[in-house]
Amino acid sequence: MALSISTRQLDGVTILDLSGRITLGEGSVQLRDAIRDLIGKGEKSILLSLGDVSYIDSSGLGELVSAFTTAKNQNADVKLLNLTKKVKDVLQVTKLYTVFDIYDDEAHAIGSFK
Amino acid sequence: MTGPQTGRLSYKLASTMESVAEVEAAAEKLTQSAGMDEDESFRVVMAVREAAVNAVLHGNGYDPNKQISVSFENTGKSLVITIADEGEGLDPAKIPDPLAPENLLRGTGRGIFLIRSFLDEVHFRQLHPGTELTLVKHLTPAEGKDTNQNLDTK
Repeated sequence: MALSISTRQLDGVTILDLSGRITLGEGSVQLRDAIRDLIGKGEKSILLSLGDVSYIDSSGLGELVSAFTTAKNQNADVKLLNLTKKVKDVLQVTKLYTVFDIYDDEAHAIGSFK
Repeated sequence: MTGPQTGRLSYKLASTMESVAEVEAAAEKLTQSAGMDEDESFRVVMAVREAAVNAVLHGNGYDPNKQISVSFENTGKSLVITIADEGEGLDPAKIPDPLAPENLLRGTGRGIFLIRSFLDEVHFRQLHPGTELTLVKHLTPAEGKDTNQNLDTK
């Protein structure tokens, strides 16, 4: 299942609801384009909702990191919401769990941008 | 294809992402037939996929004149998967540590690390040309009872 991305706004935060796989050739480029588009439009608060992401590979991890660093360079923030067990597992093994701000509750996540 | 043999399947595939998907599906079938639980299966399948991506992308560079060779085996004690490319070779000693602070925010370089993290043994062999990775996941006593399963993925 390829990646699908839907976008919504809530209290000044742009939430990307991701569903499917973030892997080389299946979703990593889509995610990169979506993030670059938002940063290019001047969005400063971006929340990636990963609750329906079934799989991520090293390429997908790289895109999450690139999103994080691209945002930081533009004084924007990319945070993560609702990790599945598999995605959490991979983020922990690679120590990226310590890099991102990660939330289980959407309201709490949105409040953290203020 | 040259298989399936008793408990072992080996074949060659084109250097494409479709081949990666095929290898991933075969690995999933292997772990499931060995009775591996979902979490363990995910880790093994992910490691195999990363190795296949490395072979297709970094090893063979999507070259239509080069193939990847794969094999899957349940020995009863372990799952043994080999993936070989026909590229210029890979020196694992030269791969930077992705956990080092200076590398943590790099966009690439985590594939081999994930393979090593999720499997019990990873062996590199230089083929001149190419690199062969042998990936081993030991089975628990409850897993791998049947070593003569039909591993044919077709």
